[in-house]
Amino acid sequence: MKEIKLFLGPQHPGMHGNASIHMYVDGDIINRAYLLPGMLHRGFEKSMERRTWMNNIALIPRICVPEPDTNEMVFAMNIEALANVEVPERAHWIRMLILELARLSAHLMAFGGCGGPTGLYTAMYWAQADRDLILTLFEEITGQRIYHMYIVGGGVRKDLPKGIEKKILDFVDDLERRLPDYEDLILNNPSILARIKDNIMLPAEVVWELGVTGIGMRSATGLEYDLRKVTPYARYDKVEFDVPTATYSDAYARLNIKYLEMYQIIRIIRQVLDMMPGGKVRAKVAEGSALRWRIPKGQVYSAVEASRGEYGYYTVSTGETMPYRVAVRGASFPQGLLGIEKYLPGHRIDDAPLWFDTMGVCSPEIDR
Amino acid sequence: MNKKSILAPFKGWKYLFKKPVAIPMDDIFKNPRESQDNYRGFHINDWETCIGCGTCAEICPTNAITMVERSDVEDVEGSKPERPVIDYGRCCFCGLCVDICTSGSLNLTKEYLYNSSEPEDYLHMPTSEGITGKEYKLGYIQDETSDLLDLERKHMEHVGAEKRKSSFIEIVRGFSKEQALAESARCVDCGICTKTCPANMNIPEYIKSVWEGNLEEGLDYLYKTNPLPSVCGRICTHECESVCALSHRGDAIAIRWLKRYIVDNMPDDKYEEIVLSQVSKKGEGKVAIVGAGSSGLSAAYYLATLGYEVDVYERKPMAGGPMRYGAPKYRLPDAVTDHDISFIEKLGVKIHTNTDVGKDITLDELKKTHNAVFVSTGYPDTRALKIPGVDHKDVKMAMSFLAAATEYERGVAAMPDIKEDVVVVGSGDVAFDVARTLIRFQNEKYGKMNVQMLALETAQQVPATPEEVTEGVEEGIHMNLGFGPQTIQIDKESGDIKGIEACECIRLFDDNNRFDPQMDFDAKMCLETQQVYLAIGQVSDLSYIPKELQDKITIERGKIKVDAEGQVDGASWLFAGGDIVHGMDIINGVADGHRAAVGIDKYISKNKK
Ligand code: SF4
Ligand code: SF4
Ligand code: SF4
Repeated sequence: MKEIKLFLGPQHPGMHGNASIHMYVDGDIINRAYLLPGMLHRGFEKSMERRTWMNNIALIPRICVPEPDTNEMVFAMNIEALANVEVPERAHWIRMLILELARLSAHLMAFGGCGGPTGLYTAMYWAQADRDLILTLFEEITGQRIYHMYIVGGGVRKDLPKGIEKKILDFVDDLERRLPDYEDLILNNPSILARIKDNIMLPAEVVWELGVTGIGMRSATGLEYDLRKVTPYARYDKVEFDVPTATYSDAYARLNIKYLEMYQIIRIIRQVLDMMPGGKVRAKVAEGSALRWRIPKGQVYSAVEASRGEYGYYTVSTGETMPYRVAVRGASFPQGLLGIEKYLPGHRIDDAPLWFDTMGVCSPEIDR
Repeated sequence: MNKKSILAPFKGWKYLFKKPVAIPMDDIFKNPRESQDNYRGFHINDWETCIGCGTCAEICPTNAITMVERSDVEDVEGSKPERPVIDYGRCCFCGLCVDICTSGSLNLTKEYLYNSSEPEDYLHMPTSEGITGKEYKLGYIQDETSDLLDLERKHMEHVGAEKRKSSFIEIVRGFSKEQALAESARCVDCGICTKTCPANMNIPEYIKSVWEGNLEEGLDYLYKTNPLPSVCGRICTHECESVCALSHRGDAIAIRWLKRYIVDNMPDDKYEEIVLSQVSKKGEGKVAIVGAGSSGLSAAYYLATLGYEVDVYERKPMAGGPMRYGAPKYRLPDAVTDHDISFIEKLGVKIHTNTDVGKDITLDELKKTHNAVFVSTGYPDTRALKIPGVDHKDVKMAMSFLAAATEYERGVAAMPDIKEDVVVVGSGDVAFDVARTLIRFQNEKYGKMNVQMLALETAQQVPATPEEVTEGVEEGIHMNLGFGPQTIQIDKESGDIKGIEACECIRLFDDNNRFDPQMDFDAKMCLETQQVYLAIGQVSDLSYIPKELQDKITIERGKIKVDAEGQVDGASWLFAGGDIVHGMDIINGVADGHRAAVGIDKYISKNKK
């Protein structure tokens, strides 16, 4: 049969985010594939060099739409390291709350997201509806649903609103009760299993070759490599949670770990709420008004465990009011860009969106 | 695959009969969901509170805010007649504008629904109405946690009261580099202060220079409008600070101390280079100036930069006027005045001291030998008080006492004759200068002090700058406020003063806010004292202006009438400025001098053609 050229995305219900895969297919088998990122390319890194340390807060959440808070966190960590600022205790715990809620919402989106490419729209709808409840919590805490602009250098922008703890607990209780329904719908569903079991493999060698982190790495190597454990930030060393792993990474294993991690997130959220200290939530990072904050000279790399893996910013400051250079380590960059080119070929066309989903690819962090 | 597994997904059917979580399209408009309390929706802005500083526009990361001038907003001091317009095609609802708003007028509402087919409708000038015009609820609002201003002034070190009350060492230490950088970083660069400064100094510009560590540029800015920056950096009345945008929610920027920081930290050679570089013309003519106070010196400097030969006539042995013979040295050391004056002289200005115009040389002679004359003879005398006993030799006048005191401080005269128990009448800055000087003298002479202050004003009405009052009281001044002196009691036997009798002042101003004190003559008190110092205001002495000329020009209550550029009504060759035009204030004098220099330049250039 003659090889034909086929685009998947950016406008496609099965596609995750604003990217497209440029495929050469023979029948329904992919011969060659290239990721075409840049649909959302806003020149984030370059733009950051032209914005003050505070103003960047309005820009950077956009580098990952489903889980924007990791951007705020790593940038705040950068600033605090450079300026040698002690974050108030309460702010650490609020930050963990935000980061775990964000992880939960991102996991829901990706977990239910496998419904799009498989035609199981129910999964997508459920997950979106539940995620929306988290967004309402975010709205109440931060003032916005998607772009929270909440974690800032020195702490968080505002204290938690009164009574939010109960709302969060009620939500996680309810979600925990309903998670088995998700399991039945997706992980115990023969028509889905047929698509994800022993398919879209991620062998350990590829993990090492590409530098895959996060669930990809943990599902293939059995290693409990999770930055919250390995290099704990905020107060992750004060809470108990398990890091689910596997040694055989098919699409099923990765979805399953995502599913198991949701329980761990809930476990962490409960501990955080339980142990939440009082006090201030923000420390001063520099002298003067935010228009004139200067962050001391230096360079620093800060990273957190995002839902997709290690997410970090490398920031250089020359002591001025704006960063000199910020480089973003997008967690899904290796598998999203290189992985697709090298390992998607050989798969069927309809595996491509599942690859995107279960490898945890987020296109704006590839664009940067 | 077992049977259980095949059926598992169908468990989801149980949700079929539950209420759907989706919101019907119809509801979105007809019955919209209320957003959460902290929601970052459309803006509101309380115009009464907003000062038009534009700081919101400055921080906006999307450049969504444009400041637009409004004719319906009054252009008053402390504000600009501008209000922010938000472009909702750009705004990302970050709320940073709210966090930094200097006045606290700008906030966000819970409103999120707004629709129009007109693109212009998305340019919105928020008022306290809310964008939809309907009732709204407040969403994200300003609070302490998210504040993006730095509200606290950096600490300025002062010499402690114990140490300073027995010496004349300068009290204010001046900012260190770190303090100056931190203080200058607080400024939001709005320029609201500039309008209020009598000399319209480039305040935000020189503060920015400090912040950028570019003191040369800063000094250049200072000299554009003020050739006495070292002096003003110490004793300016700093009206600018009273309107500073930061003062609405926190401490005003220490504008005066930042000015002082620039001059104090600039090496002399650089200084000279910058000051001399201001000269723009040469050989334009000759101007005489009468009186070497702030106004005269300022006029001299700017005239010199405009290319004039300038002769300044001063009847005292040293130039500087009240800077030299009024301000006590703990506020303004001589070296500081010398410093500013030396650069004025470097431009070629000739200062003829010990030359009393009217006696040693007449105004007419000056007119003949110069193209124009500028008079700035100040308020050298103390206002008299008409009560029994004021003619006693131990009733002293503030201005002559301060002059004698400064002479003593610089070691050219003996200490004035001061007694152990004294009363100072008045509560202005000059009264405090007198009282605080007396404290130092008494400590030196008697090792103890007793200085009472007696004034009509209540604590709220005291005209002196607040720090004078605080520091004065710290040093031991005893205040008797709300009493007006009636009689100075004299001991019949010895002929010495034994006390001063005063009555309670029940009203200071009449309904039209005019000074019209009313006394309760039954509420009396008496302060025991051996000397009385009068510091109830100063007056001019224009006796050097010949009668014929006085008839041609307008003099009202000791003030000469001039036009906007200092030209005297009725004598085009004569210009005037400073106290005798605007009343006592060094910075007003500087401003008058500058304006007059421009006026004189115009006048001479026109007459040449
Ligand atoms: S909310 Fe943010 S983007 Fe909108 S006007 Fe204010 S500062 Fe600008
Ligand atoms: S920052 Fe506040 S006070 Fe200043 S112009 Fe904006 S709204 Fe008005
Ligand atoms: S000193 Fe105050 S009023 Fe002047 S520009 Fe700075 S912030 Fe504005």
